[in-house]
Amino acid sequence: MKRIRLGPFNRVEGDLELALDVEAGAVVSARVNSPLFRGFEMLLAGRVPEDALAIVPRICGICSVAQSAAAAAALAALAGVEAPPNGVLAQRLIQATENLADHLTHFYLFFMPDFARPAYAGHAWHAEAARRFAAGQGTAAADWLRARARLLEVQGILAGRWPHTLALQPGGTTRAATPADRIRLLSLLREFREFVEIRLLGEPLEAFAGLAGADDLASRAAGDGDLALFLRAADELGLQRIGRAADRYLSNGAWGLFGPGVCGGDGAVDVLVPSRITEDPHSAWLAGSEALPPARGETTVDAAKPDAYTWCKAPRYAGEVVEVGALARQLVAGQPLLRDLVGRHGGSVVARVVARLVEVARVVPAMEQWVRELRPGEPFCVPAPLPDSGESFGLVEAARGTLGHWLGVRRGRIERYQIIAPTTWNFSPRDTEGRPGPLEQALVGLPAGDGALPTVQHVVRSFDPCMVCTVH
Amino acid sequence: MKLLWLQSGGCGGCTQSLLCTAPRPLPDELRGAGIEFVWHPALSQESGDEALQLLEDCVEGRRAFDVLCVEGAMLRGPNGSGRFHLMAGSGRPLTEWVERLARRARWVFAIGSCTAYGGLSAATPGNPLEACGLQYDGDTPGGLLGADFRSAAGLPVVNIAGCPTHPAWIVETLEKLALEGLAPEDLDEFGRPLLYAGQLVHHGCPRNEFYEFKASAAKHSDLGCLMENLGCKGTQAHADCNTRPWNGGGSCLKGGYACIACTEPGFEAPGHPFQQTPKVAGIPIGLPADMPKAWFVALAALSKSATPKRVRDNAVEDHPVVRPKVRKAAR
Repeated sequence: MKRIRLGPFNRVEGDLELALDVEAGAVVSARVNSPLFRGFEMLLAGRVPEDALAIVPRICGICSVAQSAAAAAALAALAGVEAPPNGVLAQRLIQATENLADHLTHFYLFFMPDFARPAYAGHAWHAEAARRFAAGQGTAAADWLRARARLLEVQGILAGRWPHTLALQPGGTTRAATPADRIRLLSLLREFREFVEIRLLGEPLEAFAGLAGADDLASRAAGDGDLALFLRAADELGLQRIGRAADRYLSNGAWGLFGPGVCGGDGAVDVLVPSRITEDPHSAWLAGSEALPPARGETTVDAAKPDAYTWCKAPRYAGEVVEVGALARQLVAGQPLLRDLVGRHGGSVVARVVARLVEVARVVPAMEQWVRELRPGEPFCVPAPLPDSGESFGLVEAARGTLGHWLGVRRGRIERYQIIAPTTWNFSPRDTEGRPGPLEQALVGLPAGDGALPTVQHVVRSFDPCMVCTVH
Repeated sequence: MKLLWLQSGGCGGCTQSLLCTAPRPLPDELRGAGIEFVWHPALSQESGDEALQLLEDCVEGRRAFDVLCVEGAMLRGPNGSGRFHLMAGSGRPLTEWVERLARRARWVFAIGSCTAYGGLSAATPGNPLEACGLQYDGDTPGGLLGADFRSAAGLPVVNIAGCPTHPAWIVETLEKLALEGLAPEDLDEFGRPLLYAGQLVHHGCPRNEFYEFKASAAKHSDLGCLMENLGCKGTQAHADCNTRPWNGGGSCLKGGYACIACTEPGFEAPGHPFQQTPKVAGIPIGLPADMPKAWFVALAALSKSATPKRVRDNAVEDHPVVRPKVRKAAR
């Protein structure tokens, strides 16, 4: 048996290292190392609670708004306030815009360029993949970045800027949209819809969102959008059968559009009970080896801890290894295409990628509706005075999955702040029971070592990891 | 001109912001100006051993590059070991990679306030991460490379400060460099390019009329000036955020929240809540740059007494409740 160390793993957000034990050309065991420590939970202690709104977006440059939203939700719960309808709509629009931008940045810049690798030369789809997606040269990156910059003008209007806005507050948002803003927002969403329908899907959003099963999806491989190219390559490489993790999925539900819950590959959805979430520092260079609920969690560096191999703790739900992300959200929400894909082969590279695109197709029409529902002249924000002491939490869905902030306040200052980010779930290490995290499970059995195809690269990136969030 | 880009103790937000380059998308904009990436962690194909070989070639001078761009604070801890960030696959502290590559670079750019001064990574009480900037530790010269560091072209580290940086602050500085070089006089006292740091955030602020009359916002989403109550430092922060739009037309002030002076060293630990203005005897401690206190107090009193009703009423609403008067009657 041979141990391979893979890194730096680029085209993920942040730094990532894999240690793979390989025998006869296949992975028998994987360890995922998040090699950067950031310490935001320590940084937040001692500040006034509202300072979290300025600090937490800076945990992550790609899901900055989701971090803001989690802090705002925790503070709103502590204050016992609810944002007025305009504030709710504006918060949803700001979060959903980030979600769309992240999903397609993943597809265009992080995930697809692997199909342009020389290792695939000779495949029927390779020349087209290279022309569109070769890193640094492909035509798709500029197409996407032009569309992305226009989409993010939604943030310019509603949130001032992206990333790192202070617009999301516990009582709503700081920028009241004007009648002119509503018209501009609709125009920007129309432009984005056009990009997705023409360049990516090759059909109307509603048609793609309505696909019922794997056979419907397979018929899309004949199209001329970027999705079709992905489907042709993925089908030939068998990526619909590769990348299965624990097949247990968790979603907090998002924006009144997708419901919350926990489900397996069969689609039966259980109620999500936040108090069943724990975090286990067993394999992390952090003190302690007992799984604790995050409201009691600690973050204390222990760099010399024996057998630790990452800066990432291991979150578990009711003791189980679970996967989060767009696939989890869509499965919990009962989307038929994803249920069918996962029913056939479990969570896979194809299921994760398609889940993001289905989500894009479902979210854009909802955003168009939310903009129409904005009522300029009515309030966007209410005051949210905080009690002197108390505990609360905020759970939201970032693009990459469920994000939780647990807050303890004493005498007007933050006493404890614990964060569980989406990739903390997905790239978690072994827990006290020795159970590997989702990616660690998904990598087992894949080809690796000299001359192996870049299959490991596809599986890792299918999770769309955000390492800077992971190690907050 | 060839760029080599590394990331460490930061959020990656400056790269995400850079990707917002508009109206031309980043690849086209840079190519047009003769600028290319040798490697960028978010954009390049090379991964694992290929990437390590490429970086090693740059260190050894076998592969040429001009500008080393670093994004994220330098994490020297624990106990000077650099173990808070060992570059994946290499087992070596990222700080070591930066030191070795900086010796080869003609220019070194610190992308973002973390990289320039330490930023939020250095804000944990006691700084257990031992985080610092490339050539500053907060506002004190030093940092990882030391106060005397000069890159091969003879310049100190160029600090594209901001949290995050505006995409054009990076692109325009690179394009200026490619066009005609950079000289020490192109940078301010903290190493920031004057092409964006030669102004104040206050310049072009959309709340200017409220500022003039000291008609202040009382709560979030109010239209009034954010300086008196809500923590705004736009009159002291060096950047052109209100004359150079963010994401099409935005800025922090246009978004309805305070400038927290994210281009300044030490912005991360202001010593007061971010969204509250510290005051002594009702007067904000942080006065506008270049403004003697007595003048400010006198002018503020005068302008408050002369505030038009429209400005006073609108300041505490989230939409205008009084329109500017139309003087001429329709015929």
